[in-house]
Amino acid sequence: MALDKATVARIATLARIKVADADLDKMVGELQTIISWVEQLDAVDTKGVEPMTSAVEVTLPMREDKVSDGGYVAQIVANAPEPVVVGEGAFFTVPKVVE
Amino acid sequence: MLIDGKTGTWELVIGLEVHAQVTSKAKLFSGADTVFGAEPNTQVSFVDAAFPGMLPVINRFCVEQAVKTGLGLGAEINLVSIFDRKNYFYADLPAGYQISQYTRPVVGKGTLVLDMPDGQSRTVGITRLHLEQDAGKSLHDQHPTKTYVDLNRSGVALMEIVSEPDLRSPEEAGAYLKKLRAILRYLGTCDGNMEEGSMRCDANVSVRKQGSKELGTRCEIKNVNSVRFVMQAIEYEANRQVELIEEGGTVQQETRLFDSGKGVTRSMRSKEHAHDYRYFPDPDLLPLVLDEKWVAGLKAALPELPDTKRERFIKDFKLSPYDASVLVAEKEQAEYFEAVAQGRKDPKLAANWVMSELFAVLNRQNLDIARSPVKATALAGLLDLIENNTISGRIAKDVFAEMVESGKDAAAIVEQKGLKQVTDTGAIEKAVDDVIAANADKVEQIKAGKVQLIGWFVGQVMKGTGGKANPGMVNEILKKKLGI
Repeated sequence: MALDKATVARIATLARIKVADADLDKMVGELQTIISWVEQLDAVDTKGVEPMTSAVEVTLPMREDKVSDGGYVAQIVANAPEPVVVGEGAFFTVPKVVE
Repeated sequence: MLIDGKTGTWELVIGLEVHAQVTSKAKLFSGADTVFGAEPNTQVSFVDAAFPGMLPVINRFCVEQAVKTGLGLGAEINLVSIFDRKNYFYADLPAGYQISQYTRPVVGKGTLVLDMPDGQSRTVGITRLHLEQDAGKSLHDQHPTKTYVDLNRSGVALMEIVSEPDLRSPEEAGAYLKKLRAILRYLGTCDGNMEEGSMRCDANVSVRKQGSKELGTRCEIKNVNSVRFVMQAIEYEANRQVELIEEGGTVQQETRLFDSGKGVTRSMRSKEHAHDYRYFPDPDLLPLVLDEKWVAGLKAALPELPDTKRERFIKDFKLSPYDASVLVAEKEQAEYFEAVAQGRKDPKLAANWVMSELFAVLNRQNLDIARSPVKATALAGLLDLIENNTISGRIAKDVFAEMVESGKDAAAIVEQKGLKQVTDTGAIEKAVDDVIAANADKVEQIKAGKVQLIGWFVGQVMKGTGGKANPGMVNEILKKKLGI
C-alpha cells in the first residue's frame, strides 16, 4: 500500500493530531516504512487458517448482571476542569458544541 | 406511498436503524447502574468514563437479551462474533471510540411481519442486530457558552437493529417500529420507551422512479424519537429529494436532522468526516463465543410472540384480523383481553368491550392497561351479567361507568341500584300498552307501512322502564301488539 500526502493529512485530521504541512513528507516516509514492515506478513499463505485471537487458550470472561460499580461522582469529575455540581451529581463542562 | 412529481411517479425506499436499549441492571461492560433519571455522573464507573488502564468485562445477561431478540426476529444467531472499536471524537464519548460490532455481529438475517391497518401483512427483512455501547448525554441549553456532559448513559448496552431497505412508505415505517417495539416488549429485552430514549431511530431515505431497480442516493435522518416524527421526517425528506432532483439537482449522501417544531430535515454539517470510523477489532476483548445448547435453551424458553398470539386469537376467539392485531399490540393488553374472553360463549363481546369502552376510559384518564380502574376479572363479571340476561347492554354501560368511578364490582352495583333486567312479560306488556296508547299518531304511521318506526317505539318502552326491560322481549311484544 502506497501512502500519499493527502491520505496522511486525512488520517491526522481524523486522529485530531495537528501536523504542519512542512512535516507531512517526513510523516509519509515514516508511516510508509511501518506499513511496509507489517506488509511482510502478506507473504504468508493463511488460506484455511482460523484467525488467531490470542496466544493463550482463554475465552471471553463474563460478568453477572449486578450493579457493583459507580456512585463516586466526586472521583469521576476530580480531574475535570470546571465541573458543575447539581444535587448529588455533577456535570462535566466543555466549550459549547452546537449542531 | 408514491409521489407524483413533474417528471413522473416516484417510489420511496426506506431502511431503518433502531437503537434499542437493552433491559439490564448493569451496563454492557461495567457494573454501573442503568436506571433512568439519576443525578448526573452518579452511575458512572471508571470504565464508563474511560479512565486510563480500565478494562471492559462483558455482561452475560446483555448477551442473552440480544440473542433472545434475534431469536424473536427469527434470525440467525452467530455463535462467534467480534467486538470492534468505532472511532470518533465527541465530548460525550470519553474513550474516543464506541465498542460496537462491525464485520461479525452477534445476530444475522431475520424477518419482521408488518400488520397494516387494512388487514394486510407484509414481511420486511432484518439485516442484522449487534451489541454496542451507548454514549453519554450532552446538554446544550444549560449555559450560554458551555455544553454539560452526563455520562450516566455511557456504556449502557444497546442493540442496533438494522432493516433491509424494504419499506416503501411512512406508514410502513410506522408499522415496522410499532411491531418491533411490541416484539421487544413481549421478550422483555427493551422497554421500548421512545420518550426516555430507550428506543431511537435513524431512517435511511432515498427515492427512485417507479419501476426502477436501482437505488437512489440516500440521506440518513438521525435520532428521531417518536413514531409520528419518523413518519413525518420520511415524508418531508422524500418530497425534498424529489423536488431537488426534478429541479436538476442531485441528492448528496449525508446525515440530516429532523426539526420536529418546523417539520423539516436539515443537513448536519459538523459530522462531515464522521463516516470514516476506522473500525478495528477491540484488543481488550476476545471473540464472543456462544454455546449452541445455550442458544437452543433460550429459543425453547421464548414467550408467545405477537404474530403467534394474533393467529391464536383469530382461531380460538374468532376475532377479525384487525381486532386481533390491535389487541396483541401490547402484551399487557393481550393478557387482559384473554383473561376477560377466556371460557366465554361470545369472545367477540369481550373484544368489543375492551376495545371500545375500556380503551375509551384509559385514553381519557391517560392510563396504561396495567393501571386500569377496572381489572380483567371485574370486566368479566360485568359481561357475565350481560350474557345471562341479568342486565341489558345499555344498562351495562352505566354499570361500567359506575365501576370506573367506584371500583365496585358489577353484581354489587346492579343489586344496589336495582338494575336487573325486567323479563316479566306482564310488566313489559304494560309498558308497551302505555306507549301505544300515548302515541296514536305514530301507531297509524307504522301500520301504514313506516315500519322503521319500531326502533322509536322500542326506545320509548326502554325509557319507560328505566332501560331495564329486555330489548328482545320489548321488540317481540311490540310487533305482536302493533300487528306487524
